[in-house]
Amino acid sequence: MESYIVLVISCIFVNNILLMQYLGNCPFLGVSKRMETAVGMAMAVIFVLVMAGAVTWVVNYYILKPYDLEYLRTLSFILVIASLVQLVEMFLKKNIPALYAGLGIYLPLITTNCAVLGVCLINMKEEYDFIHTLVSSFSYAAGFGLALVLFAAIRERILLARVPKPLQDTSIGLVTAGMLSLAFFGFKGMIH
Amino acid sequence: MVKRAVNEFVKGLWEEIPPFRLVLGLCPTLAVTKTVENALGMGMAVIFVLTCSNVIVSAVRNLIPKQVRIACFIVVIATFVTIVELVMQAFTYPLYLKLGIFIPLIVVNCILLGRAEAFASKNGVIYSLADGLGIGIGYTLALSALASIREIFGYGTFYHISVFGPSFKPFSFMVKAPGAFVCLGLMLCIMNMFKKK
Repeated sequence: MESYIVLVISCIFVNNILLMQYLGNCPFLGVSKRMETAVGMAMAVIFVLVMAGAVTWVVNYYILKPYDLEYLRTLSFILVIASLVQLVEMFLKKNIPALYAGLGIYLPLITTNCAVLGVCLINMKEEYDFIHTLVSSFSYAAGFGLALVLFAAIRERILLARVPKPLQDTSIGLVTAGMLSLAFFGFKGMIH
Repeated sequence: MVKRAVNEFVKGLWEEIPPFRLVLGLCPTLAVTKTVENALGMGMAVIFVLTCSNVIVSAVRNLIPKQVRIACFIVVIATFVTIVELVMQAFTYPLYLKLGIFIPLIVVNCILLGRAEAFASKNGVIYSLADGLGIGIGYTLALSALASIREIFGYGTFYHISVFGPSFKPFSFMVKAPGAFVCLGLMLCIMNMFKKK
């Protein structure tokens, strides 16, 4: 039990996927201009990442490993993620239209979100078992959501501030992300 | 024709230099620019993958049905990334260890898919080759520039050669995550100032 709690805290705060591991920065800057889009993206990532983590674990240990095909990991993982996203999209469209309307446009974007592939590869590198994979995928995604929502809230405030012309938009966004990342450094002491 | 190919090549070096003008592919930009060596290694890998994938994508652009083109592009890119991964594992193992997870992650680097979709799928093989080389080299230059600043201030060295001498106290903020964000943000700001003139 203790190992799970440590894992959750380390994935959400200490090794935050966006601010500490630099993964998934394109959507981080792209969709963080408004709160609603940020929340939508965060939900979509949590949803897809947990499923992708589970499926890639199965693919790795039941297909790639027995046949010594581990060098095909990158290729197969990205295909699995792309088709999974497509599948989820079709499933939601047909069965849960309300959720589809909420996540809709963010789902296709997730295919090229490096946080998803990145977490799947980290799970394999750390050689987690199935339950640990699920927990770590969920926690990384939750950390992504947390950072994204915090950042969107700050960015909405920046709109009201008078920013010097050359610094506007992405530039001030990156500097703000730096400050946020500095704040997340404060969590470093939580786990030894 | 030669002139146009040259133009496509040159635009990647300044007009559309990623990640400053095309704000794409930020994750590896932030992650591998701790030292110039890492940045150059990453840049080389991207040049190779981008050029090859651009050529292949533009060669088969008329054979691929519109609906499945993105999936096809990703397979082409992933193939070249796997090649790079195996080659680096064989010949430059220390660098491979340092770049770690960011080599397989070239697959989802938006620059590659972006160029395949926006350029290679609409233009001929020669132009796509020029575009891939230009953007790739531009990306390498940008990575090296960012890495130089971070390495010089963060470790006090440039390509492992000491710059300030032994009395310099490294400014370790620069090589940590926050330094990466702030440094890239300020570089974008400087680029914007040039654009204004």
